Amino acid sequence: MIAFEGIDGSGKSTQIHLLKRWLEFRGVKVFHCEWDSSDFVKNATSKVRSRELLTPTTFSLLHATDFADRYERQVLPLLRAGYIVLWDRYYYTAFARDVVRGCPPPWVRGIYDFAAQADLTFFFKAPLELCLSRIRSDRLEPKYFEAGMDLRLSPDPRESFRLFQQRLFEQYLWMSTEYSFRVIDATKPIEGQHQLVRRLVDEFIDPSQFTYPRR
Amino acid sequence: MPTSKPKTTRNAHAGPPALPLGLGEDVVVLKPSIKRFYGHGVPGVQPEELGGRLIVIEGADGSGRSTQIARLVDWLEGTGHATSQVGLKRSNLVSDELDEAKHRNTLSRTTISLFYATDFADQLDNVILPGLRAGYIVLADRYIYTLMARDLVRGMDPEWLKQLYGMALVPDAVFYLHVSPENLIERNFAKDFALDYWESGMDLGLSRDMFESFIEYQKRIVETFRKLRTEYEFTMVDGDRPVDAVQEELRKRISAMLKDETMV
Repeated sequence: MIAFEGIDGSGKSTQIHLLKRWLEFRGVKVFHCEWDSSDFVKNATSKVRSRELLTPTTFSLLHATDFADRYERQVLPLLRAGYIVLWDRYYYTAFARDVVRGCPPPWVRGIYDFAAQADLTFFFKAPLELCLSRIRSDRLEPKYFEAGMDLRLSPDPRESFRLFQQRLFEQYLWMSTEYSFRVIDATKPIEGQHQLVRRLVDEFIDPSQFTYPRR
Repeated sequence: MPTSKPKTTRNAHAGPPALPLGLGEDVVVLKPSIKRFYGHGVPGVQPEELGGRLIVIEGADGSGRSTQIARLVDWLEGTGHATSQVGLKRSNLVSDELDEAKHRNTLSRTTISLFYATDFADQLDNVILPGLRAGYIVLADRYIYTLMARDLVRGMDPEWLKQLYGMALVPDAVFYLHVSPENLIERNFAKDFALDYWESGMDLGLSRDMFESFIEYQKRIVETFRKLRTEYEFTMVDGDRPVDAVQEELRKRISAMLKDETMV
C-alpha cells in the first residue's frame, strides 16, 4: 500500500494519477482508492439535521466504519491477490482531522488498529497559501465539513477553510517523523516531484513483483 | 429534551403497574454523583458538568428489559424525577442504515462493530450527555456491554473494543437481567412466534438448526457477560422470576442508590 497525504491543493491527486499510469504501463496490478469516496459517509453527512447532530466522535466513527468496509471487503483481498493499492489519503487523514476536531489521538489511532500501516507514505508539503491558490480556481466554495465549519473557527467559509487547513498541516508535520512520511516538496514542478516519487517507489516497493502473470 | 427515536416494538405486556408508585413519598433531591469515563471520553465534555443518573438495563431479547424500564419510568416520574430513555439502534444518524445493513448481511465484522459504535456515540453525545447535564435520570435499554459481548463472541480483539468504548460514560448502575436460554425461547415465541436471526447467532454457523444455535449463542453471550464483570461492574438480576419480583428488586437497588445509601 502506498499512501498520499497532504492538505487540499498540495498536488497529491496529480502525482497519484501519474504514478498509476507509470505502473500500468509497466504491467503492474494497481488499484486506486480514495479516502473520501464513499456514498455512505456522504449520505450521513449531508442529511439536513446531521450538521447539528454530528459530533467529533460520531464524525470520526462514521469515517472509520466506512473505511473498515472498504478495507476489509475490497482492499485486503486485492492485496492478497498481489495488487499495489494507491490511497488518495489514508488513515493519517483521519488522525489529522479527528484530532483537530478534539478527539484524543490514542483513541483515534486505536480504532484504526485493525488496518496495516502503508508501506510507503508520501507527504506533499507546500505552504498553505500556495495550496489555497491552487484550489480556489476549481472549487470556489468549500463544503461545510471540508471547511471545518463545525469547529466554529470563523463564520466565513473561506476563512474557516484556511484556518482548518492550517491546523491539519500542523498535524501532518507532527506525524511526519513518527510514521516516516516521505516528504515531497510540493512547490517543485510536477515533473521534479514525480521523479522523486518514482525513485522512492522503486526503492521501497519494487513494482516488478506485482505484474500481471504473462499469458 | 432530546430523545431517541421511539422504539417501534411491542411492550404489549407492560399493563398497569402492579406495584405502588411511591406517590406519597417525599421527593428525593439527588446529590451530585461523581461521573467518569471508561477511557478518553468525549471531546469537550467534563464529567463534573454532568448531573442526574445513568442507569443501564442489560439482557437478551425477551429478558423483559422494556417492560421493566417502562415501569421504572412510571415509578421514577411518580417520585418526582425527570427521565429520558435511550436504546441501541435508535440514533437519528445511522439507525436506518444499520437496519438496512442487517438485512443485507454483507458487511465485514469490523464494519458492523464500528457501525454500532457510531450509533452508540450519536446517542451518547446527543441524548445521554445532554440529559445528564440537565439533571435527568437517563435509562439506557442496553449499553456498550451488549455491543462488546456480541463482538467478543465473534472473535473481535478485547483490547480494541476496550479502547473504542473508552468514549463511554461509566453508568451509576448497571443491571443485567439474566434469563435462562430456555425461558428466553418461551418468551420470544410467546411474543413473535419466531427467533431473531442475529439473536440466534446464525451468522456464526454454530448450527444450521436455529433452535440449537439460539441456545448455544445465548449461552456464549451470558458467559461473555460474566467475563466482562471482571472489568465492568454490574449487578446480575435473576430475570427468571415474575415481572413484579424483578421490578421490586430493581426499585430497591435504585432507590438506595438515589438516596446515596449504597453503591449498586
